Amino acid sequence: MKELEYPFDVNYIMKNKKKIKRELLEKQGLLEKNIAILGGSTTSEIKNILEIFLLDYGIKPTFYESEYNKYWEDAMFGNEELDNFKPDIIYIHTTNRNITQYPTMYDDEKTISEMLNSEYTKFEKMWKKLEEKFNATIIQNNFEYPYYRLLGNKDASDIHGRTNFITRLNQRFYDYANSAKNFFINDINYVSSCYGLDRWANQFYWHMYKYALEVPAIPYLSFNIAKIIKSVYGKNKKAFVLDLDNTLWGGIVGDDGVENLAIGPEVPSGQVYSEFQQYLKDHKSLGIILNIDSKNEHENAIAGLNHPAGTLKPEDFIIIKANWNPKNLNVKDIAEELNLGADSFVFVDDNPAERKIVENYVDGIATPEIDVPENYITIIDRNGYFEVTNFSNEDLKKSELYKDNAKRSQMMATFENYDDYLLSLKMKAEISTFKPIYLERISQLSNKSNQFNLTTKRYSLADIEEVDQDDNYIKLYGKLEDIFGDNGVITVVIGNIKNKDELHIDLWIMSCRVLKRNMEFAMMDMLVKKAQERNIKTIYGYYYPTLKNKMVNNFYDLQGFEEVSCDEQGNKVYKLDISKGYTNKNNVIEVKE
Amino acid sequence: MDKSEIYERLNNVFRDVFDDDEIVVNENTTSSDIEDWDSLEHINLIVAVEQEFGMKFNMGEVTKMKNVGEMVDIIISRINK
Repeated sequence: MKELEYPFDVNYIMKNKKKIKRELLEKQGLLEKNIAILGGSTTSEIKNILEIFLLDYGIKPTFYESEYNKYWEDAMFGNEELDNFKPDIIYIHTTNRNITQYPTMYDDEKTISEMLNSEYTKFEKMWKKLEEKFNATIIQNNFEYPYYRLLGNKDASDIHGRTNFITRLNQRFYDYANSAKNFFINDINYVSSCYGLDRWANQFYWHMYKYALEVPAIPYLSFNIAKIIKSVYGKNKKAFVLDLDNTLWGGIVGDDGVENLAIGPEVPSGQVYSEFQQYLKDHKSLGIILNIDSKNEHENAIAGLNHPAGTLKPEDFIIIKANWNPKNLNVKDIAEELNLGADSFVFVDDNPAERKIVENYVDGIATPEIDVPENYITIIDRNGYFEVTNFSNEDLKKSELYKDNAKRSQMMATFENYDDYLLSLKMKAEISTFKPIYLERISQLSNKSNQFNLTTKRYSLADIEEVDQDDNYIKLYGKLEDIFGDNGVITVVIGNIKNKDELHIDLWIMSCRVLKRNMEFAMMDMLVKKAQERNIKTIYGYYYPTLKNKMVNNFYDLQGFEEVSCDEQGNKVYKLDISKGYTNKNNVIEVKE
Repeated sequence: MDKSEIYERLNNVFRDVFDDDEIVVNENTTSSDIEDWDSLEHINLIVAVEQEFGMKFNMGEVTKMKNVGEMVDIIISRINK
């Protein structure tokens, strides 16, 4: 919803939250999650606004809210309501109001150190307790700066200063965050400084209502929390689709000529575009892929991208559409060629009319309202499209992988017989039961896959770890490499053993990067082998239709299953009897365990 | 801005905040007259009124305010300054 994108109108959101909520609740296919808010100050409005931001991301929360300032008691001693609530996410809203002791000028270094330790330990104990009790993702605020400085500027550097104390405490939180899994810092220190600390810390709201931030700042806080949660559930964007003229450089390449474009260090208007190009290019290291959608002659577009002062070069892009087609059609073509949903794109164009067309014709695509070039970065950045929670090494190589795919398509064109093409790829797969080093990637894949996904069941890292530990599951991952490169872990199957000799397939997903490579047959062969080792007689498969997974509608038919039932919504149950033998289906991939 | 105009704008704020198009406020309206008007919604109401009239209440005023009439008096004294 446009009204919930940065830059948003706080007045509008706060006044219309109920109406907005009603509207968003009408969306189909919302992901339901239980969220416990453990607060060290009033949280009521934080919860209300968080709800609408989450709904906008397609997540429907049910909340547990601790009594006022009972976050610690709830975590440490529990209570029946919270225990039964089974939170998926626990958000701990603490602020510098919850720091119980601060240094004074009378304290020596050792005392202050101990003080720091005791403040920190209180939190660490709580996180460990929550981790042990609930299999949930924890989101913890860091601390905002204090609203006054007894020592003035020295408050920052001197160990007796509150600013210094808070900085050190925050660092301890970060150390924990770096070693723990399923634990994320909600950086209110940054959000409050963007907002303006004086306004954020408006003491009226504390003394009147025990809100630790001013109420009009709440949308910024809640938006920030929502960004972390949607990222945990795989709802990040995946690609940029970029305009060229007056977006990546100043001027129009076709009219002004390459030599007259504003880009590079000489003039202010050139600098601002250089910085923007660098900002976009840096996204490649996060696995975000870059594409062009520009109304231009192709050769002019390439000439512009080859500008000697430009940071982005033609080879930084996966798909370059420079033509005179309507931009929304180009977007759809790009989506098809990449095998990605267009709703995972961020469309960046300086022209509001183009943004409007794309927004109207492409469901779910983000079209940030960039205004003047010097604001491009801030507006895109604050929207948190690519919020990093689970980062895997796969992401570093993402652009390469898409490039390899482009080469494969070229090679395919030279073969008449598809099997010959597949054999020529000399594919090697590793299909094996879960290994610790891949759990992060497996969880990521379960959250990102929408098209080749039979049940669209999502697994947080904590969920995957649980499956990994449980002997009642057969859980396989598959890696695939070929002459063009290594695709890494691209498919996962999780089967639940029930009634001794039945295997129920809870999850079957595959990355669209490796479609039509017969990898799904290699997986099936291994699944049957593992099932036979466990004396399974029947395998049950499930297909739950969503807006995105039509491509696997007949998946189990192709695998030789027999349909058992199909309800009105199209939910299908299949079974396959393997007690009388099974013939391997894959003959193009060399498989090792 | 005269009193009736303030009441009209205030009435719209109440309808938005409590999501109820039936609400009509007068000077004697208090929190007990509106079902959803609890202490948590009170703060949202205050913020919305402040935004509507481009002014801020101070703590003393918010704590003493007894009914909508008193709220309007404060608004008038503030915006006619």
